[in-house]
Amino acid sequence: MEVSSSAPGGDPRAAAPVAITDLTVAYRDKPVLWDIDLTIPEGRLAAIIGPNGAGKSTLIKSVLGLLPIAAGNITFYGQSYAAQRRLVGYVPQRGSVDWDFPTDALDVVMMGRYGRLGWLRRPGRQDREIALECLRQVGMVDYAGRQISQLSGGQQQRVFLARALAQDAQIYFMDEPFAGVDATTERAIVALLAELRKAGKTVVVVHHDLETAPDYFDWCVLLNVRLIAAGPMSEVFNLDNLQRTYGGRMAFLSEHLAPGATP
Amino acid sequence: MIGLLYDLFFDYTLRNIALGSAILGLVGGVLGSFAVLRRQSLLGDALSHAALPGICLAYMLTGTRTSLVLLIGAGITGWLGTLLILMIVRETRIAEDAALGIVLSVFFGIGIMLLTFIQQSNDANQAGLDKYLFGQAATLVQDQVVTMAVLGSIALGFVFALFKEFKLLSFDPDFAGTLGFPTRRLNILLTSLTVVAVMIGLQTVGVVLMAAMLIAPAAAARQWTNRLSRMLVLAALFGMLAGVSGALISVSQARLPTGPMVILSASMIVIFSLLFAPARGIVWDTLRRRRDRGRLQAPPITPHGGQSASAERGSS
Repeated sequence: MEVSSSAPGGDPRAAAPVAITDLTVAYRDKPVLWDIDLTIPEGRLAAIIGPNGAGKSTLIKSVLGLLPIAAGNITFYGQSYAAQRRLVGYVPQRGSVDWDFPTDALDVVMMGRYGRLGWLRRPGRQDREIALECLRQVGMVDYAGRQISQLSGGQQQRVFLARALAQDAQIYFMDEPFAGVDATTERAIVALLAELRKAGKTVVVVHHDLETAPDYFDWCVLLNVRLIAAGPMSEVFNLDNLQRTYGGRMAFLSEHLAPGATP
Repeated sequence: MIGLLYDLFFDYTLRNIALGSAILGLVGGVLGSFAVLRRQSLLGDALSHAALPGICLAYMLTGTRTSLVLLIGAGITGWLGTLLILMIVRETRIAEDAALGIVLSVFFGIGIMLLTFIQQSNDANQAGLDKYLFGQAATLVQDQVVTMAVLGSIALGFVFALFKEFKLLSFDPDFAGTLGFPTRRLNILLTSLTVVAVMIGLQTVGVVLMAAMLIAPAAAARQWTNRLSRMLVLAALFGMLAGVSGALISVSQARLPTGPMVILSASMIVIFSLLFAPARGIVWDTLRRRRDRGRLQAPPITPHGGQSASAERGSS
């Protein structure tokens, strides 16, 4: 009964790449995310924006089933994550792994194929071709055989992006891909986002830099434990909403965003 | 020397000691590699110490000194100790190093208490239970070596079959989780295989020294390669080399204890690797740094012009 009532033909949530309903996540007795209702429409480049501790990474991780949720429901094209796993790609924060691990860039990208391979099967020649192509897309094919600790921070980030590309997904979640990268990598990521958009993919990115957000993304999610606002960048990304998201830290913001406004 | 090699294959006692130590080195090296890469080296130490009460309890319950029974007892408490550590880290605010220390000392303390209790009970059959503290390879018999080989084959079989899964789990467990791999169960499986490696080592090197057989071959192997598969093979070879050479030294030199000799051999391999491995060795690294210091010169101030002259001056 639950199933038939929750998935009528005209429900826009059922068709959306990502639909989050009443999501609450807590660390012990402290809520990290409170009652989030959020739908990301198809083909959008969405930025999740909010101050430190707003729960941005937590949102991505709980949506991907990496953290237990206290309450709520999350669907991908109307179905659970377990059922739609193959449609979802993930770029974790660069700092979440040990880059001195004994492996090279190509091997890391091949890990993106493991979900499709399933248990026991080893990656084959075709997976290798795909991984090389993904490295090419992020401008890293010349570094395929390089030990990953010998790559710069930006190059490591691009290896992670290539790994997500190798997942060949419809929806991508990226946790701060722009954090601490060089200008070359930043340009490469922007170009990649544009390509993903052209290919009709949906991309959700945790983003820190308010200055570049309106240029790089067309959908905006403002988060501070609660969902403050979500919608098209042009409608949602304004001083009023940012003030509600960042609270007291607005003196800094108004300098950056509204040079004409009186401080 | 030739005689020693001849004995290695044809002398019953020496063959058992060498084979037992080699199997330990092989399995310890492979599973220790994962432990070292996952920064869980001390987990091996905690779980080998936690094996001691299991040996004593198994003896007290069954009254036999059959090695398989005692090893199973060791495996059970070692495994319980490990689960306890993982649980403490997950459910409390106690950090992993503290949890390791707590479990290691509590379990080892209980083990020593039980061991003393058994030794004071005047049971004629109890003699030699304390050999599990530091190992006593000289008493290995063929059946025990066969048991070790079977246990080792099972552990290595799992690693071979699940190599790709264990690699992903060790490098990026979150990503493995999003791909649908049950990371918690894989984690428990990999740790359980480490318990098997510890079971293999108890008779040879004992609970106190066992952690070194997990850490040393892996740490040495990491110095020589940047590929996980090669690291596993190298760690296995280093472990076997340490095992066999330790056994040979102990037999040829007026019966020095085998366990400590195996550990010392492994330590020599580690020291050599830390110093002389091509890319990561300290010696080459220091030489490189000294050479680079000699070549150091002022960076160009303007993007073009005027620099070539000063560069030539610097190198002449």
